[in-house]
Amino acid sequence: MHIFPFVVVAWVLGVGLYGIVTSRHLIHLIMCLIVVQSSTYVLLLAVGYRTGAIAPYFYDAPVHTPAVDPVVQALALTDVVVEAAVTALLLSFAIQAHKRFGTLDPQELVQLKG
Amino acid sequence: MNQLLPLPTVIPLLAAAGISALNPLLRDKRQVLDAVAILTSACVAVILLVIMVNTEHGDSVYWFAGFRPIHHHAAIGIDFAAGPLSSGLACLAAVLVTAAMIFSWRYFERVATYYHALMLVFLAGMTGFCLTGDVFDMFVWFELMGVSAYALTAYRPEERGPIQGALNFAITNSVGAYLSLSGIALIYGRTGALNMAQIGHFIARHRPDGLVVSAFLLIIIGLLIKGSIVPFHFWLADAHAVAPTPVCVLFSGVMVELGLYGVARVYWSTFGQALGHRTVITAMLMTLGLLTAVAGALFCFRERHLKRLLAFSTISHAGMFLTGIALLTPLGLAGAALYVAGHALVKAALFLCVGIVLHRLGSVNESTLHGRGRGLPVTGLIFTLAAFGLADLPPFATFLGKGWIEDSASAHGMTWIIVIMVICSVLVGGAVLRVAGGVFYGLGDPPSEDPEMAKGASEETSETESDKQRTPLTMIIPTAALTLVAAVIALLPGLGSAIQAAAVRFQDQTAYNATVLSGAHVAHPAALFPPESAGIAVSDVVTGVVSAVAGLILAFLALYWRRLPLLRRGFEPGTGLTGPIQRLQSGIVNDYVTWIVVGFACLGGVLAFTIR
Repeated sequence: MHIFPFVVVAWVLGVGLYGIVTSRHLIHLIMCLIVVQSSTYVLLLAVGYRTGAIAPYFYDAPVHTPAVDPVVQALALTDVVVEAAVTALLLSFAIQAHKRFGTLDPQELVQLKG
Repeated sequence: MNQLLPLPTVIPLLAAAGISALNPLLRDKRQVLDAVAILTSACVAVILLVIMVNTEHGDSVYWFAGFRPIHHHAAIGIDFAAGPLSSGLACLAAVLVTAAMIFSWRYFERVATYYHALMLVFLAGMTGFCLTGDVFDMFVWFELMGVSAYALTAYRPEERGPIQGALNFAITNSVGAYLSLSGIALIYGRTGALNMAQIGHFIARHRPDGLVVSAFLLIIIGLLIKGSIVPFHFWLADAHAVAPTPVCVLFSGVMVELGLYGVARVYWSTFGQALGHRTVITAMLMTLGLLTAVAGALFCFRERHLKRLLAFSTISHAGMFLTGIALLTPLGLAGAALYVAGHALVKAALFLCVGIVLHRLGSVNESTLHGRGRGLPVTGLIFTLAAFGLADLPPFATFLGKGWIEDSASAHGMTWIIVIMVICSVLVGGAVLRVAGGVFYGLGDPPSEDPEMAKGASEETSETESDKQRTPLTMIIPTAALTLVAAVIALLPGLGSAIQAAAVRFQDQTAYNATVLSGAHVAHPAALFPPESAGIAVSDVVTGVVSAVAGLILAFLALYWRRLPLLRRGFEPGTGLTGPIQRLQSGIVNDYVTWIVVGFACLGGVLAFTIR
């Protein structure tokens, strides 16, 4: 198994987390959360990949042809659905935050403290 | 009987879908909505109770669409695997949802349809999370539970507090969920399996390597964030302070505990045999648990905002539950399970009492409420009883659960843990009893006003129409019933030995594998104590009484502090703890995620150097 995809996963995860930690804008922060999640897509697809294998679709291929793992693709799809729900909800919160606080800087949302 | 297993998730999901689809028709029919929600959750509670009783002598397993494992060890399908502990926890969730829905009936003057739908989806997420035997399925239920919880936190999106609380809650928990998913992907890459039993069966045959350890750590980080363990706990107080009170009941009562249940489930169903190194796991989880218990108790004692006070007490208790789990003994786990049940019931009652106070008096600030609760004698009585329950006074179930954890710790030469746990109980009990004495009986002096907290509490009033003249019965009855149940369950004959036998079986990974993968019936394990004694030792009763009395003394000290002649003036008990620690609870989500990364790095470092 090639190491390269896993380096990408670690890089994307690290970049996303760095973005969340340093973000000064809620929309940017939510995008960084999506970047963190993107690392899981790469990871899922990487663990199911087989060099030289076909897509898991046997319409025009013999049944015993090596194929990449279809399970991880199903998992990645589920993951996308989850992400869509979470992101939509978070963006709606961001709109409300802008209406109520007049800012999108997470460090200036100061209703709750201590 | 296995056919019952999917119902606790299917019924609430269908009901929620039905309510949402019929939204235009039901918008003005409040009674119909409430009746549907209450009946659905009560029905789920009954089904789960039946499942729990039926699994007393063996776990039941349900394979969706009949995809049973082939060749004994290859599970293609997704299963629900219920034992007494998992179905019991799910049943607890359903009971609390029922109580919260009955309470909401008169609590909200007007309520949007999606409130009922979200509560039912939340219930489905929690029961699915408890029952599933598949690690990816667990992630999906975790997210379903999470998304509905985020939306419920921001139920009043036109205010500032709920938006900030919901954002902090959603972002921290989502980061945790994605880390968990990375762990799941890694372990799938190694084993080609998603079924917990099958993964466990596969990895137990090899020495634990870096990949297995990383996968374990990644998976439990997400669950520890949900379980509000230091340093991942910051979101909890923010979310609890702003969520509607009936929703807080569920957050504090079961959602946080579900995170810790997830840690236990993943450890004993999947990773336990493969990891080995039990002392390392014990040391790591116990350090986190005790830190959490102490930090939560200190924050709890200095808090004046009633909902945040109860939230910090939940953090403290979560730490104690994790300590019980971390012992990795059947008695420790049984203690944690019983403690979770007792805590959920009294904490739910306390939150509902705070809801009644908010409904009648329009505030949740201890300083401004001082003595104003004298007009609510029944609520005051229930609150005081539940506060004693939280302070571990026998016969509330909390004392026995904590007693078992302490017994198990001292049996393993860790007697010092008892001291820390008793101190935490005293601080938490003292804080809640101080509220009971001050608010409902007007004892002592009002605590000094903290301008920050007064600002935070001033927004609370719009949650319910306040300044009502009388408390509706639908708000009193669930509150009283929860307190009563908490007081009697520890005394039920045979319950103690049943929980202990369940804990023994929960930790028996070989038996779990056989049940799930081969459908084998495993012999009923023996309980640790003979059934007739129910495991109540004199020492448990004594520690419980001592903690409760010490909590009461502490409460009186706090209330009459300024009248004590010998102490220097100007110093308020609890205020010495502010300053640097308080600033950590900054309300800024960047900081919270930084703590997650730091905690993750520290735990990773510890495991990298210890497990080989």
